[in-house]
Amino acid sequence: MKSYIPHFLMLKEKSFNQTLEKLSTGPGIIPFAGGTDLMVLFEAGKLAEGTFLDISHLKELAGIYEHKDFLEIRALTTYSEIKNHPIVRREFPLLYEAAKVVGARAIQNRATIGGNIANASPAADGPPALLCYDAIIEIAAAKKNRKVPYCDFHKNYKVMDLKMGELIKAVWLRRSKSFTGVKKEFYHKVGTRKAQAISKVCFAAKVQLSQGQVQEIRLAYGSMAPYPVRAKSTERILQGEKLSSNLIQLAITQLQKDLSPIDDIRSTAKYRMQVACNLLKQFLEGCL
Amino acid sequence: METNQVNISLNVNGKKIQITTYGMKRLLDVLREDIGLTGTKEGCGEGECGACSIFMDGQLVNSCLIPVFQAEGKKIETIENLEGKTELHKIQKSFLQHGGAQCGICTPGMILATKELLAKKSGKLTAKEIEEGLGGNLCRCTGYLKIFESVKQAEGK
Repeated sequence: MKSYIPHFLMLKEKSFNQTLEKLSTGPGIIPFAGGTDLMVLFEAGKLAEGTFLDISHLKELAGIYEHKDFLEIRALTTYSEIKNHPIVRREFPLLYEAAKVVGARAIQNRATIGGNIANASPAADGPPALLCYDAIIEIAAAKKNRKVPYCDFHKNYKVMDLKMGELIKAVWLRRSKSFTGVKKEFYHKVGTRKAQAISKVCFAAKVQLSQGQVQEIRLAYGSMAPYPVRAKSTERILQGEKLSSNLIQLAITQLQKDLSPIDDIRSTAKYRMQVACNLLKQFLEGCL
Repeated sequence: METNQVNISLNVNGKKIQITTYGMKRLLDVLREDIGLTGTKEGCGEGECGACSIFMDGQLVNSCLIPVFQAEGKKIETIENLEGKTELHKIQKSFLQHGGAQCGICTPGMILATKELLAKKSGKLTAKEIEEGLGGNLCRCTGYLKIFESVKQAEGK
């Protein structure tokens, strides 16, 4: 059944500070940015009735800022803006690839990176890329701002390190120092259709090798756990080791312990695990 | 009776329009029901099919995913704004000429997505760029080939 519109209230405060004050007044006030997730729930009658606070006009939450060591992407930045930013394309190719496959153009023009994180879908396209870049999430609140590593931000299905009154303000990505060895990055989304489809499995990976030895590695998956995850124990098996066919086989076996896919409307746990292993194999074999 | 209705001023196809409605009402429904612009279609209602595509501040968006509250003060352009006083737009002509429209439900969205594609392109469009640009617009009639042909021909004009 469709939602009953009179039971939904939409508000807007003039300033960023007033918005934070308003958010701190009650747990039932939900920030509303691009709306590409919330409106789908709304139309399906699955959005909880209540009060929504429009944040889409706040300048403090907009824009991409270049710092010497970091790229700061404010929460309202859309995936179109991310896709078209030269530094993202040059220095954060995984995020660029992710931005290209978030919905299609009309969605990319509205969907924000902050919303992609806060919606906390296990199938979100951006988060695996953010995990590979050790993103830091800046959280604003009326009283105090704070920063948390993104890899610790999701706690369980739709459970985040985000308290009442807090709002995601920005994503900080460390700009990598020059590395003389081999650097490989890999992003692949598997869905029923290339455009628009929500992923069955999404994989982002980054490795730095010197003379075949793994210096640093990040492996991150979407749709393979209750939230976007890093395959940390698999990373540990590979860390510091020289890549070989045997090691790749060990990593694939280990990977199954890091992931916990389920059967759902889009795929089965069995298929997802097989594809996740295949993607890891494809990535690592490409580094041999 | 308690009411959450608000006054909203919209700029639709260059005209200022005042309406009183619920802030969460979908822009799609406001365009069709309150303003009577039925060129914008509803397909899936979940941002998947692109039939409800419009321009908001010059950007292609799905009007089914926008609460009218967020459209306040924004420049809204629908398919009705495309044609001139005496002539169809070149994209419309091309769709007409090359069989790019059949049942017509996807057509307004396809045409606006084409408009965005042509406006933002750099250099001649490749087949892949056309596919990607229209990736958010579903058509169940044409098999897409005639739509791609319509886009190519419109580009040449």
